[in-house]
Amino acid sequence: MLSVALVLGASLAYLLLLFAVAWWADARARSGRSAIGNAWVYTLSMGVYCTAWTYFGSIGRAATSGLWFLPIYLGPTLAMLLAWSLLRRMVRIAHSHRITSIADFIASRYGDSRALAALVTLIALVGILPYIALQLKAIASGLALLTGTHGDAGAPWWRDSTLVIALALAGFTVAFGTRHLDAAERHEGMVAAIALESVVKLAAFLAVGGFVCWGLFDGPADIFARAAATPALAPLLGLTGSAGGDSRFAGGQWFALTLLAMLSLLFLPRQFQVMVVENVDERHVKRATWAFPLYLLLINLFVLPIALGGLLHFGKGGADPETFVLSLPLSTGHGALALLAFVGGLSAATGMVIVESIAISTMVSNDWVLPLLLRARRTGDLSRTLLAVRRVVILALLLLGYLYFRVAGEAYALVSIGLISFAAVAQFAPALVGGLYWKGGTRAGALAGLTAGFVLWAWTLMLPSIAKSGWLAIGFVEQGPWGLTLLRPEQLFGLSGLDSLTHALLWSLAANVGFYVVVSLARSPNAREAAQALRFVDVFRERGPDAGDAAPLRWRAQGRAEPLAELRHLAARFLGAEAAERLFADVARQRGVRVDRLAPDAPLVRHVQTQLAGAIGSASAQAVVATVVEQEPLARADLLRLLDEASQVRALNRQLESIDRLKDDFMSSVTHELRTPLTSIRAFAELMRDDPAMDADQRQRFVALIVDESERLSRLVNQVLDMAKIESGSGEWRNDVIDLRELIARAVQTTSQLFNERGATVTVEQPEHVPTLMADRDRLLQVLLNLLSNAAKFVPQGEGRVVVALRADQRAATIEVRDNGPGVPPEQQLIIFEKFRQGGSVTNRPQGTGLGLPISRKIVEHFGGRLWLASRVGAGATFGFDLPWHHDDKETGP
Amino acid sequence: MTTRHVLIADDEANIVISLEFLMKREGHRVSIARDGDAALAAIRAERPDLVLLDVMMPGKSGFEVCQAVRADESLAGVKILMLSAKGRDTDLAKGNALGADAYMTKPFSTRELADKVREMLGPANEALR
Repeated sequence: MLSVALVLGASLAYLLLLFAVAWWADARARSGRSAIGNAWVYTLSMGVYCTAWTYFGSIGRAATSGLWFLPIYLGPTLAMLLAWSLLRRMVRIAHSHRITSIADFIASRYGDSRALAALVTLIALVGILPYIALQLKAIASGLALLTGTHGDAGAPWWRDSTLVIALALAGFTVAFGTRHLDAAERHEGMVAAIALESVVKLAAFLAVGGFVCWGLFDGPADIFARAAATPALAPLLGLTGSAGGDSRFAGGQWFALTLLAMLSLLFLPRQFQVMVVENVDERHVKRATWAFPLYLLLINLFVLPIALGGLLHFGKGGADPETFVLSLPLSTGHGALALLAFVGGLSAATGMVIVESIAISTMVSNDWVLPLLLRARRTGDLSRTLLAVRRVVILALLLLGYLYFRVAGEAYALVSIGLISFAAVAQFAPALVGGLYWKGGTRAGALAGLTAGFVLWAWTLMLPSIAKSGWLAIGFVEQGPWGLTLLRPEQLFGLSGLDSLTHALLWSLAANVGFYVVVSLARSPNAREAAQALRFVDVFRERGPDAGDAAPLRWRAQGRAEPLAELRHLAARFLGAEAAERLFADVARQRGVRVDRLAPDAPLVRHVQTQLAGAIGSASAQAVVATVVEQEPLARADLLRLLDEASQVRALNRQLESIDRLKDDFMSSVTHELRTPLTSIRAFAELMRDDPAMDADQRQRFVALIVDESERLSRLVNQVLDMAKIESGSGEWRNDVIDLRELIARAVQTTSQLFNERGATVTVEQPEHVPTLMADRDRLLQVLLNLLSNAAKFVPQGEGRVVVALRADQRAATIEVRDNGPGVPPEQQLIIFEKFRQGGSVTNRPQGTGLGLPISRKIVEHFGGRLWLASRVGAGATFGFDLPWHHDDKETGP
Repeated sequence: MTTRHVLIADDEANIVISLEFLMKREGHRVSIARDGDAALAAIRAERPDLVLLDVMMPGKSGFEVCQAVRADESLAGVKILMLSAKGRDTDLAKGNALGADAYMTKPFSTRELADKVREMLGPANEALR
């Protein structure tokens, strides 16, 4: 036994050491000499994966089921070997987007969705509670063992050592991680301390392992030989595992555990924090690919020897296997080693708690509290508020972890508790991995998948764990809720024969993936999702040579210095003054301008960046140039690719193309119609020019024709403009009070000359009184004039009879213009309303623009009415339109 | 001077008037068609030396008329000058592909048109002048 004072003193001293290291690293970072800028520190910081679970739990697991502790470490090893490119991708994206957490990452991928960030935060928070509880339980039982003060269940809460530990850890983490609100997402001091912790826990663990192997036994071979000779222990050496249980190798479960651990390495909030957010250089990932598996190998080397050694030493049931690392040295009188082992375990636990709770508190304050503060329009300095929020969250997290420990901790082994958290974190995989490789994933899909996975996780794993500890009625686990056996959480929909973890993982991930994919496919990504998808999925794609050229530039140093001078200064700093001058002089010569007159445009910036890349690497060059110049996030080439790839945009594109084609047709028709009168005008003018002797009559005839054609040209231009205005919706519409009788009289009077020339008569049939109408007088007059002049063109010479009839009923006024012309053949009745399609037979094709009727129809439709034609060949034509007294003043769309 | 026969096929009355005046001034005999069908019928009946053929006409288009003429061996001697207010490259290519001898866009220069017609009617004409 060790004295409480000694153990607490040693623990405190160790924690103070961590403080000192963190402070030192922070100071170095501030002075620009980063202490963590190398791949070894990065790899060691990843070691935060190994928590009290590894330290105590794995040995407990090995002591009961042999090699089954292993998948938790095989998973990460596989993950590093297989998924390093995924990690690199995540790092690259996180750097370019300045990602602060996994919630941030997922939300950013799906168009900065607040809802998604909040949901990921919720899952991380709830999911991680068992994991925190695990740390508390491990430290509490270690402390109890070391000091011989076994927790008394009946003791009042303030003497509950686990609660005290929780509060102490909270205090430490608050002091450690939230001293000030960092503007940056990185915490160099924390990373340095974590790297140190990884060294300490590995050293302590190896020391205990060495002691057990060579101090208590004659090396590992001796331990294995003795275990093999002990019938109760022999099964632990094989894969069939579980002593006394089923003797078949449960491959499915092995696979599930490995997969789970793989996903956890990448998606646990604390792993994401140290591996992605805190990464200073993505090249570090490369070394970690083999160095981190090596670390895992080392820390697992002695797990089985210690477990077997403990079992051999104490006999089965002689001591709690989970604390063998402490009890073995202690029982053999090696107090100092036991203390070292405890500090190692403390190291593992505090490392996890610090990083995890900093990560979670960042998520909560950024994704829960900040949006609320912003919505509440809180003004002024928010940093103190946020800092306070983070502190409260850290405290709450540890207290909730403690609560879970009290609720479920006693009934479960360390490893089983940890696996519940792993399964929660695995829910991030579909949205995150899918988002990195599949452009079709949408916000709705991610939300649906995460929600489904989280609900199933809670139902099949979290709630049963609470129920089995006696805090919830166990009934719903055994008989299903309301007696619905299909919904039994551990045999959902009748699926049985799996252990509860594999069962839960299967259901939750299947639902998660299913909902993610199906909901994503149900709707095309919107523009924002598509843009983010592109930037995440294609993060490594080389930009085309024109991408940078077309990207608009924003100078960071606005108003401070000349952009060109900044760029030259930058180049000189990294290339040397001489080389930099040469570089700019070359460009200036190519462009044929003086050096000080160079335009600091995108091609120049790009050129400088490429030159810098040769000296300091492309990533650094990009970063360096970015300090001076900021490129708009969406370059033109990106946009083009976007157009190319986002299916929704593609559909839009097709639409645009067809509009383009229509417009093209319209333009082509307009061109044709404009050229026709121009042709006559030019021809007549040239004929007169080239023939000065032309007789006066002929000349007079030609001049008259030129005037006619010029008038036609003006009419056409006006009508094209008119049509364009109406179609684009930009036409102005007045609202006049109109007396239709007066309007008709006006129109007939205006066209009387036309009818006189044709020898035609016009009669008006109308009631004595007609209500007034609200509409645009000039436009309606235009319609009437158009119909009347059309009639004038087609009535037979000398015997034309045209009737204008006005009727009024409850709903609308109706005006008809009837003529006794040749009528419109059925095949022409539709096309005459199309642009540039004129009626009439070949020989008596009237002078017209082909736009009158289409414009008239648009005008009538604008006022809620309809323009129609009723005609039989040989029986004249009747054009009519109605105007409702009341109509919605809707714009006439294109 | 041998009188050459030019057919003007266009549906625009004023353009026809100007072309008729121009061709007559050049010393040619002129006949007129106001749509594609009339143009083809006139070509078959009168076998003009040259047709000024508008592309956009009611009934058969100028392209269709051109195609029909070129499909008829007996009309091989008829020169075709296409006129179009649609000055697109594709139209020009189409006209040439269908066997038009020349293609001009509207509005045209009367001098250039007269030169082109003279050139197409050949040196025989020049020599005779």
